[in-house]
Amino acid sequence: MIQIKDLHKSYHMGSNSLHVLKGINFDVKQGELVSIMGSSGSGKSTLLNILGMLDEADQGQYILDNVPIKNLNEKIAAKYRNEFLGFIFQSFNLINYKSALDNVSMPLYYKGVKRKERTERAMHYLEKVGLAQWSHHLPSELSGGQKQRVAIARALASDPKVLLADEPTGALDTKTSYEVMELIQGINDEGKTILVVTHEHDIAQMTKRIVNLKDGLIIDDSPVEQVRASLHV
Amino acid sequence: MFDIERWQEIFETLSKNKLRTFLTGLSVASGIFILVVLLGFSKGIENGVKSQFEQDATNLITVWTGVTTKGYKGLNPGRYIQMKNDNFEMISQKYEDNIEYKTSLYAIWGAEVAYKNETGNYRVRGAMPDHQFIENAEIESGRFVNQSDLSDNRKVAVIGRKLKQDLFKGEDPIDKNISIFGMNFKVIGVFVDPGGEREEQQAYIPLTTSQKVFNAGDNIRNMLFTVKMSDNFDEAVALSQSMANAVETELKLMHTVAPDDTSAVRVFNTLEEAKKIYSLIGMIQSVFWFVGIGTIIAGIVGVGNIMLIIVKERTKEIGIRKALGALPMSIVGMIIQEAVFVTMFAGLFGLIFGLGLLELVGPQIESDFIKYPQVDFNIALTTVFLLVIAGALAGFIPAYRAAKIKPIVALRDE
Repeated sequence: MIQIKDLHKSYHMGSNSLHVLKGINFDVKQGELVSIMGSSGSGKSTLLNILGMLDEADQGQYILDNVPIKNLNEKIAAKYRNEFLGFIFQSFNLINYKSALDNVSMPLYYKGVKRKERTERAMHYLEKVGLAQWSHHLPSELSGGQKQRVAIARALASDPKVLLADEPTGALDTKTSYEVMELIQGINDEGKTILVVTHEHDIAQMTKRIVNLKDGLIIDDSPVEQVRASLHV
Repeated sequence: MFDIERWQEIFETLSKNKLRTFLTGLSVASGIFILVVLLGFSKGIENGVKSQFEQDATNLITVWTGVTTKGYKGLNPGRYIQMKNDNFEMISQKYEDNIEYKTSLYAIWGAEVAYKNETGNYRVRGAMPDHQFIENAEIESGRFVNQSDLSDNRKVAVIGRKLKQDLFKGEDPIDKNISIFGMNFKVIGVFVDPGGEREEQQAYIPLTTSQKVFNAGDNIRNMLFTVKMSDNFDEAVALSQSMANAVETELKLMHTVAPDDTSAVRVFNTLEEAKKIYSLIGMIQSVFWFVGIGTIIAGIVGVGNIMLIIVKERTKEIGIRKALGALPMSIVGMIIQEAVFVTMFAGLFGLIFGLGLLELVGPQIESDFIKYPQVDFNIALTTVFLLVIAGALAGFIPAYRAAKIKPIVALRDE
């Protein structure tokens, strides 16, 4: 599903140049649930942003679902993001003046799906995350866990190939974190490929494979015995 | 542009952000409203001033004759050129469209005028009814010479205030008889002249009467014409100049006078008064245009400012939309379409409201100096579109830049 070869990325701030990714190589297969770990500054978020086409690599190869991601113009990047990827952010990034339902149907709007079908499909995903009765509430009327679940429903709405989650539990308490992880595990069980960036070990243990980053290099990449979140809830 | 889905999205955004929509709309609507009212009143004041000064603003063409200084077509120099009634009739007919007021005059200087025991020497002018307006004479009591006085050769006189004071000593002169060179004339009115006492030391009698009693036949001494008001000073100058020249040429031809003889036929046109009024109107117009353009600029800046803030406020939302697969152009399009819709709607609202106010309140505040306050609908509409375009432009630049920002930057938590 994802193939990455010798990926480099530096940031330039004035005269200083910061080499964040120093040659990353790794593959993700269909249906994997991978956590990317590392201390802050290790380059894990940068890697995720490049995977999400929110940022571009300086050098190296990135193939997503057999499509080389290279020299994208904005138009194609937008199309790929819409078709291939679903994002889950630490700070949820819901549009605060739109109801849960409207937030979830947003990717479908940009996909060009008609209103009626949009609403139906968005409702289906809201049901899936257990928030059907909250569909007409604004994000400000929802708890943190509920917001993240709306965001997950939104990420799923356009039926992407890969879900990218950047610290999905970073803003949540432990109990809510496990609930969100349970949902993510459930989605993975249905066959969706998911990448989770986290710095919490208990969260990483709930994935199937941990990739450890340090100073822009992968220092460890090994499968783990998955801990089911449902055991902790 | 006509994508129904896009419009639904925009209406949703606008209705969910009522305060923002309302404030944007309010600033646009109030800008247009103020402009419309301002332009309306400036038009009203312009109309008022024009009608107040119109009578003085006309420019005066004066014709008089003298002695030829050059021989022409076998005629000797030193001939006195005498104008006749026919000359006046001919010219007033020929230039009927341009002439506002007209009169020919036959005057006697130092006529002996008496009432009871009081006597004095005054100028007595035979004139036509229009002369009152040409001189801007105001009637203090009674009336001025009219057309039937002329047709019937009535022996009536309109006397100046000074003459009245001299001869009547406070007595009411109306319907009393005065004598001019021993002939009885009935006083029908007293006039006041803005020219002052000198102008008020005279009496007007009907032209026909003066020609008769002074044995002048159909001779006339002067002709006076005023030219109708034009839209601007330059036009007025051109018009009266060309008419003056034409009249001069015409008269010289009729009386066989050399074209370059400057003393036999003289035509002057006075533009002094006209110039003052035209410059006053011009000034009023330019003041209001200045204020109006200032208002539009303030409106444009205001709309631009609001658009900048809106885009700034929505940077994160733009980032989210882009992460979800929005094309940059769809984001720019969305913001501009929103801006155009709000400014257009609010602008038209302000326009209608302003026009309504002028329509309702206009007639009630009409006075000597404000008449028919109204706005050129085209100007108002142009202004609305100008603001719409400004709003779109002001929205376009930051929206374009925001759409260019990488979503990761837009999404970064501050």
